[in-house]
Amino acid sequence: MDNDTIDQIIDRHEGRAGSLIHVLMEIQSKNHWIPREALAKVSQKLGVPFTRVMQIATFYKTFSLTPQGHHEVHVCTGTSCHIRGSQRVLDKIQSLLGIRAGETDSNSKFSLAKGNCLGCCTLGPEIVVDGRHYARMTPEKAEEVLKKYN
Amino acid sequence: MPRINSAAELETLRKDILSRRDPGKPAIAICAGTGCLGLGNDKVISAFQEEIKKRSLEAQIEIRATGCHGFCEKGPNVILYPEEICYLQVTPEDVPEIVSETLLGKKVIDRLIYTDPMTGEKAAHQSEIPFYRNQMRNLISNNTRIDPSSIEDYLAGGGYSALSKALFEMGPKQVLEEIKKANLRGRGGGGFPAGLKWETARNAPGEEKYVIVNAHEGEPGAFMDRALFTGNPHCVLEGLIIGAHAIGSHQGFIYTRHDTPQLKANIDTALAKTREYGFLGKNILGSGFDFDVEVHFDVGIFVSGESSALMRSIEGKNPEPRPKYIRTSVSGIWDKPSNLNNVETWANVPQIISKGAAWYTGIGTERSKGTKLLSLSGNICHTGVVEVPFGTTLREIVYGIGGGIPNGKKLKAVHFGGPMGGSVPESLLDTPLDFDAMSKLGAPIGAGGMLVLDEDTNMVELTRFYLDFLTNESCGKCVPCREGIRQMLKILTKMCEGKGKEGDIELLEEIAEVAGAASLCSLGKTASDPLKGTLRYFREEYEASIKGK
Ligand SMILES: Cc1cc2nc3c(=O)[nH]c(=O)nc-3n(C[C@H](O)[C@H](O)[C@H](O)COP(=O)(O)O)c2cc1C
Ligand code: FES
Repeated sequence: MDNDTIDQIIDRHEGRAGSLIHVLMEIQSKNHWIPREALAKVSQKLGVPFTRVMQIATFYKTFSLTPQGHHEVHVCTGTSCHIRGSQRVLDKIQSLLGIRAGETDSNSKFSLAKGNCLGCCTLGPEIVVDGRHYARMTPEKAEEVLKKYN
Repeated sequence: MPRINSAAELETLRKDILSRRDPGKPAIAICAGTGCLGLGNDKVISAFQEEIKKRSLEAQIEIRATGCHGFCEKGPNVILYPEEICYLQVTPEDVPEIVSETLLGKKVIDRLIYTDPMTGEKAAHQSEIPFYRNQMRNLISNNTRIDPSSIEDYLAGGGYSALSKALFEMGPKQVLEEIKKANLRGRGGGGFPAGLKWETARNAPGEEKYVIVNAHEGEPGAFMDRALFTGNPHCVLEGLIIGAHAIGSHQGFIYTRHDTPQLKANIDTALAKTREYGFLGKNILGSGFDFDVEVHFDVGIFVSGESSALMRSIEGKNPEPRPKYIRTSVSGIWDKPSNLNNVETWANVPQIISKGAAWYTGIGTERSKGTKLLSLSGNICHTGVVEVPFGTTLREIVYGIGGGIPNGKKLKAVHFGGPMGGSVPESLLDTPLDFDAMSKLGAPIGAGGMLVLDEDTNMVELTRFYLDFLTNESCGKCVPCREGIRQMLKILTKMCEGKGKEGDIELLEEIAEVAGAASLCSLGKTASDPLKGTLRYFREEYEASIKGK
């Protein structure tokens, strides 16, 4: 995403310290990560000390301060998915992508995340790729799914 | 649509909507809940749209993409009105046949209806399928009947008549009394009486007061709040507006998940519509009452569902809980009186006002009234969103609704309340669903995540799993919670690796006691509940993992 879009998001909330989380969320969802310059600008335009911006940006797991891959893969490891074998699905995906949960591959193609029940407990194990849910995964099925994004 | 300015205008509008509707008109309700979407129901929806268009039936047949129907296990789910024929596991390829055979030809397609796995008996209608038949779906049943983006659908079913009654016939005091009489207890975890909480906020000094919907639903294994709120947003909003009026609040907040786009979209649409029709904003329905709502999002941490942490988050700060002696009903968001209730708690309000506390208290047990939504998952044949009256036994839920345990396995335990809950063993399966009865057994209902575990489950591993979840979710502010959980997790991890040693169980018990007594908020206080519960009923598994068997 270009800097203009980030600027526009920030400008819309200028002077409103209470919008801090909203602004960060918007940048995160449009840009998939929040560059340091953007954080500095948020601090300046909203009138919030930079330390507070950093406190929020580093506390909430949703915010990423490093660039993310083109496709975001999320493996649910909530309870239901766990007892139905999500660990095996995660292991498979980790070995396929050559990265661990929380990492992005070297050519910025995939980012992998785990955890956080996504509310599809009835149909676990579940993975989500770029917002699209895939239910009743097995290691083999997960491999098929990932092929679609290659 | 012009604003509605009085109770009479609301009723005129309702009559007008109903007069334009033919109850006998065929309608296709296709589930667009998270579960069914995960199974590809978006393709079924577009297949229906194409097929209806191809045959130029748009005027004769209505298509609704609805919230979760409940029977997620058998999704993608489709219900055909007016007959209420349930088709399960529908694929896009089935669609042309459904239109020609059932919608036009009025014939049921055998292959798509429910077959009882035990008896082989078929059931075509919603009212005949055991999963639905054995429930009491007072709240969730509307999900299949309305399009969440249509306020007209909600109004056609009597929507906002409770608000009108509260504003014009009852007044704040009487509404409060009714909620107290109904003994509505909070559905978000604690079971605290909503009426008492409302009263505290109402009587708290200060002009500015807030009401909040807790739609965070961070408990792993819980998905019923999202099902209800996504599928029927107006029901929750109506409850909230009634509550705000009773408490004397003019500003509301919805605190919800950022990672569920459908829910977000449905809430936004519902808010826009309610403003347009005059159910929100200045001078609601011409009553002189002003109230509006702002939406805030959690950004990915479980503890922000806790009341005081949630309020910090709305203020734009880190979600760190405060000690409990500061009551949020008196001093919450920006230190103003703030009344927080769970999605399901708010959703109960309209029906209590419409039908009265006497009707409501006729459902349930002595001290737990009404129905409860449950998220049924784990090792169970029929997973999904279930609504039963309090007092239903766990056995009825597992076998009567849930269809029992798959793969011929035996039931081992039922776990409630996620990482801060507990498990009850098979021997206690005849316990009725009741806030107090379940708490006494060490398995408080919590928000309503009901996880069924079969004989293969390792209870020590399950406990370790929950603590692992909580170490990542503790906000880290207080030591007993942060360190207590970490140390318990360390010991349990060793035990799971077969490296447990003598004295570990006693040490676990000691840490659990301290963390329980000294933590700041319920996260730390109850983090060891799964541990305590499993030690109570499954101690031999812990002992076995020490002896390295
Ligand atoms: C760690 C933690 C997480 C919680 N998460 C939620 C939640 O996601 N949703 C919810 O309604 N209540 C949650 N609660 C309970 C709330 O603190 C609060 O009691 C509840 O929202 C009040 O609503 P009720 O009285 O209608 O149940 C949580 C509590 C704790 C300690
Ligand atoms: S998501 Fe379709 S029935 Fe639950």
